[in-house]
This record gives sequence, structure tokens and C-alpha cells, in this order.
Amino acid sequence: MSARSTSVPGLGMLRETGKLFALGLDIGRGIFQRPFQLREFIQQAWFIASVTIMPTALVAIPFGAVISLQFGSLASQLGAESYTGAGSVLATVQQAAPLVTALLVAGAGGSAICADIGARTIREEIDAMEVLGVSAVQRLVVPRVLACMLIAVLLNGMVSVIGVLGGYFFNVVLQGGTPGAYLASFSALAQLPDLWVGELKALIFGFLAAVVAAYRGLNPPPGPKGVGDAVNQSVVITFLLLFVVNTVMTLIYLQLVPPKLG
Amino acid sequence: MAVGTSGEVRAVGRARRHGGAPAAAVEPLREGAMGAEVVIEGLTKSFGKQAIWRDVTLNLPPGEVSVMLGPSGTGKSVFLKSMIGLLKPDKGRCEINGIDVVTCSERKLYDTRKLFGVLFQDGALFGSMNLYDNVAFPLREHTKKSETEVRRIVLEKLELTGLSGSEDKLPGEISGGMRKRAGLARALVLDPEIILCDEPDSGLDPVRTAYLSQLLIDLNAQIDATILIVTHNINLARTVPDNIGMLFRKELIMFGPREVLLTSDEPVVEQFLNGRRLGPIGMSEEKDSAQMALEQEQADAGHHDGSTEDVRGIVPQLQPTPGLPERQGAVRRKGRVAGVLHTLPEPAREGIIASLTPEERRYYGIPEPAVTAGSRMPAHHGDLDAGDVAELPSSPAWPGDEQSAPTRPLRRRRGGS
Ligand SMILES: Nc1ncnc2c1ncn2[C@@H]1O[C@H](COP(=O)(O)OP(=O)(O)OP(=O)(O)O)[C@@H](O)[C@H]1O
Ligand SMILES: [Mg+2]
Repeated sequence: MSARSTSVPGLGMLRETGKLFALGLDIGRGIFQRPFQLREFIQQAWFIASVTIMPTALVAIPFGAVISLQFGSLASQLGAESYTGAGSVLATVQQAAPLVTALLVAGAGGSAICADIGARTIREEIDAMEVLGVSAVQRLVVPRVLACMLIAVLLNGMVSVIGVLGGYFFNVVLQGGTPGAYLASFSALAQLPDLWVGELKALIFGFLAAVVAAYRGLNPPPGPKGVGDAVNQSVVITFLLLFVVNTVMTLIYLQLVPPKLG
Repeated sequence: MAVGTSGEVRAVGRARRHGGAPAAAVEPLREGAMGAEVVIEGLTKSFGKQAIWRDVTLNLPPGEVSVMLGPSGTGKSVFLKSMIGLLKPDKGRCEINGIDVVTCSERKLYDTRKLFGVLFQDGALFGSMNLYDNVAFPLREHTKKSETEVRRIVLEKLELTGLSGSEDKLPGEISGGMRKRAGLARALVLDPEIILCDEPDSGLDPVRTAYLSQLLIDLNAQIDATILIVTHNINLARTVPDNIGMLFRKELIMFGPREVLLTSDEPVVEQFLNGRRLGPIGMSEEKDSAQMALEQEQADAGHHDGSTEDVRGIVPQLQPTPGLPERQGAVRRKGRVAGVLHTLPEPAREGIIASLTPEERRYYGIPEPAVTAGSRMPAHHGDLDAGDVAELPSSPAWPGDEQSAPTRPLRRRRGGS
């Protein structure tokens, strides 16, 4: 959008990125400003939960199953059946759960946030609020970002549990694995930091999804169609961002936390 | 600290403006309740390469009502938004009670905005709240009033704007004119020192517009707020304001006492006031001389140019409803205008002199009017001069001392009398 106003290619993108960062900082500052908008926060958390829980649960079961089946067949080919459980749990808790959560929070929650704020922007509600001396970031964006982060963490926990249960079911029932071996290998490979890092990822993904959605919502291309475009862009940008951030975080985690079976 | 600064500025402004006027007539009813003063200097705004307006300089004297005219798309809404710091101008100053909203810190900006009541072009109500909550919003945000007190104020403002009984409706469930009035109710709820109205009359029927004009004048009499109205309604522009300005071709072509613009013989003003096709304003903002010549030819051949009669000339100003206090802004304005009278063009001067009472004339040392002014201007159809029009907005050529005068007198048209 802003690339049009500049001659150097890529400068527009750089500028947008800068503004996105600035909004992120504003939000960080807004979190500590009183009065905290508790009502808005609860309403938004409830709303985001209500649009994400069902799809997340429905996605989590097949996701756990696929990982478990794939890993099970691979492990049996290599003669490492005893590690089936551990492997699929690690994959689910560390990678699959935060990503599934993030995709759904961005796709369902983020798009709703972007559309809501975008519509308010083009109806000049945001301007009106600013003129009444109320910061729209503090009043509208901060509660949404916090709600998104909270729900992402909760959903991540839920996906982990459902994914592991699903994996167990498919491995034990369909692939004829032994329940004892599956459970025993849990503690052989997996460790508590795996869960923490999964939750941390979810927290950061939730934050990113909400910030991008709010940014696009506050700066939509002009006109009602602009809001539609903004929603679309916000989801795509978030997805791209999430995969990059996930890669970086995984690399850092693998460097910092030694694997259990050194 | 902000309070101290603004108090100082007001005191200075007051001393300067009505130094020698009779004390009884000039002192505001409530000390400190006077509207804010707005000083705008050299304000310039562009979006990317598209210049909107440049070098706008004007002064909204405290407590006076001003109207901004201009063809659609000349950036009137952008001007209002720049005044409240929603859009950042490229250059210039806009001081509200001495605080420059262009450069001040965010915290100061938010504080300054609390002085404003703003009516947006399409109401800008919060879509998820009903009318009651919309109007109550500023009270709940910025005051510690109890809910019963909030209720009393909100219902009073809704009644004032004729919306009693609709408080439970959502903005999506009411008509455009009602949204406009609800937006006004919300703008008034904190008793602002400055009221900005973006086309308060669009979407309203003529009767409601008349009520609204009266409402704004009454309000001004009661709380002495500085008011700036953007409008296309010529009737409102003729009867309501103390000052009128006009934006055209990316410039503020004039801003000054209402009499100046209403008696002006600038082709743009004349065309705009009379709503004619004949003149420098075209469908897309500017017209080329070929198009003007063609239209002139058609008009000479008898083709109707869309206007009815010449509505220029000074008409009596709308007064507050009987029983309300006198408008302090109007009282201060008399002294202010008397001071710059000699710089105004002849017809405007006559109009102003005619509007004063004999005592006031004697007080300000102004001679009795020679002719009865306030009469209609003779029709001006057909004296358009394309060359004259084309050079109209040249760089402002004001003598330095007139810059400091509260308002700018009309620039004389080249080749005019
Ligand atoms: N956010 C924006 N970005 C880019 N251009 C803008 C923006 N807002 C307004 N403009 C441009 O500024 C110009 C003036 O717009 P503005 O809305 O101020 O006109 P106006 O004088 O209020 O017209 P009207 O009388 O029809 O309301 C228009 O040409 C418009 O395209
Ligand atoms: Mg406008």
C-alpha cells in the first residue's frame, strides 16, 4: 500500500514494519497504564475462546493422530518402537500444539479483531475516541492483545492434552503398540521445559497475531473493501511471521536446553 | 502547569482585546468560563504528493462563532482533524490556549483534546453502544460523577437535540439525521470550550437545521464556547456566525468578520454564496478558462445558470432565545471589530456600522452611517473576468501589523474598485 508513495522498493515494507513495532511498544506501555479495561478483556477473551475452542479441538485430534501414526511407523521400521510415545509427545507438545493454536488464534481470533477494529476505524469511531481524550490502544487494543495471549496459552494446553491422548489412542489401538511402553517412554525423552517452551511459544504467537491484527485494523486501506483486504493481509502476514518466529525459537531452545538423552 | 499557561494567555488576550470597552458590557458572566482561543499560523497539509491546503493562518477569537465554507473536497474535514491533532500537518502552528497541538507531547495533546467537543461528518457514534451509553461515554471516562448525575446530564442533552425516547436504540437503528444529532449531544456533554462541527446540517431537514442553528447560538450564549462550523448551508452561514472563512484552491482565501465575506465581490465567494454554475468553481474543483467562456456564452444566450437570486448582503444575525444571557463573544467582538474597522472594505464597514447602536457608535468613536447599509447587493451576474480569476490565490501580501490583528481582513481583488 505504501510502496506506491516511495521509489525505493522495499522501503515501504520497512516503514510498515517500523510502525508495527511502534504499535507493539505502545501496547507494551498500555498494558501497564491504569485503569485496566477488565470488562473489555473478559468479553474479548470469552469471544475469542468461543470462536476458537471447537475448531482447535477438532484439528488437534487428527493432528495428534497423524504425528503418532507417522512416528509409529517410522520408529518400528528403525526398530525403536519403545520411543514411539516419547517422540510423538515431543513433536506434539513442542511443535504441533503451539502452531495449531497460533493458526487458529490468528485465523479465527485475529481476523475477528482486525475486522472489528477496521470497521471502527473507517466509521471514525477510533478518531472520535481519540478526540474524547481516550487512547484507542489502551482502551481497545490492549484488552484484545491480552485476551489473545491468554486464550492462546489455554488453547495450547488443551491441544497438548488432546494431541497426546489422540496419539496414545491411535498408537495403542490402531498400531498395536503397548500402553506400558508408550507411557514409559514419556519420561524417557520428554521433560518439563518442553511444555514450558510450548506455552511460551503460544504466548508469543498470541501476542503477534493480535498485534498484527490490530495494526492492520487501525491502518486499513480506504473504504469498506479496505477492511476486507486488511483482514486478509493480517492473517497472511501473521502466518508468515509465526513460522519465522517458530523456527528461531526452536533453534534457540535446542541450543539452550540440553536434550534428555545426551 | 498547563492550567497556568492557558490562564496567562487568556488574561493577556483579554487585556489586549477589550482594553477600553465599558466594563459592564464586556466582563464574562462567569470568570474563567470563556471559550478557548485558537491561533493557527502557516498551517500546511499534504497527503504524499497531494497538497490539501497551504499556509492557512487564522484566529478563532474566544467565544465567537465561525463558519468555514469551501467547495467539496477542499480539505475542510482535514482541517478540523488537523486542529485536534488527529492528522499531523506538515508545517505551521495550531495553538489552543497557548498549547501547540502540532508539536506538543502526546500527554498534553490528550489533555488539550478534553477542551474539545467534536461532531464528525457522519456522527462517529460507537456502533456497539446505544445512544445513552454513547452520550454518557465522555462523562464516565473523564468525570467522577455518580450514575444518577450522569443520567440527568445525558437525558438533558438528548432532550436538547430532540432525541428523548431513543436512548436505547443502537446507532445502526436510527436515521442519519438522528445520528448527527446524537453525535452533537455527545460533543456537548462535557461543556467544551471549543466546539467543532463538521457539516452539522447535512442529513437534516430545513426545520431541524433552523433549530440546530438556534441551539448552537443558545449554547454559545450559555457556555461562551468558541465554535467552528464547517457547512455547505448558505442560510446557516449567513445568519449564525460572527466570522466566515473560505477555503478554495488549496488556500484560505479569506477569513474575517461575517460582513466582509457576505458583501464580498470576489467571484468565488459570489458564486459559492449564490450556488451558481457561472464562476471559477467547477464540478472538479477548478475550471479552465475555455469552460468558463463557454458557460458565460450559454448564460448570455439565456441558459439558466442554476441560481435563484443574489443572496449576498448582510442579514441580521441570529440572537439567543429571549431569556438567555447576552453572548459574551458577540460583545467582545464589537470591540475587536471596531478596532480593525478602518482596514475593512467599504461595504463591510457600512454593514458593521449599521449593526451598532448609536451609543456603541459614540463609544467607539465611529461616525453615523452615511447610507443605510445591510441592503442587498446589486446583482453581479456577468462581470466575471477570467484573467482576474486565474490569479486569485497569490501569496498573501499582508502588512506585518495586520498579521497580529485578531482576524484578517479581506484581500482586495485586483482590479476591484
Ligand atoms: N486519510 C487521507 N488520506 C489521503 N487523502 C485524504 C485523506 N483524507 C482526505 N484526503 C483527501 O483530502 C481532500 C480533502 O478531503 P476532505 O474530506 O477534507 O474534504 P471536505 O472539504 O471535507 O469535503 P466535503 O465538503 O465533501 O466534506 C480530498 O481530496 C481527499 O481525497
Ligand atoms: Mg468533509
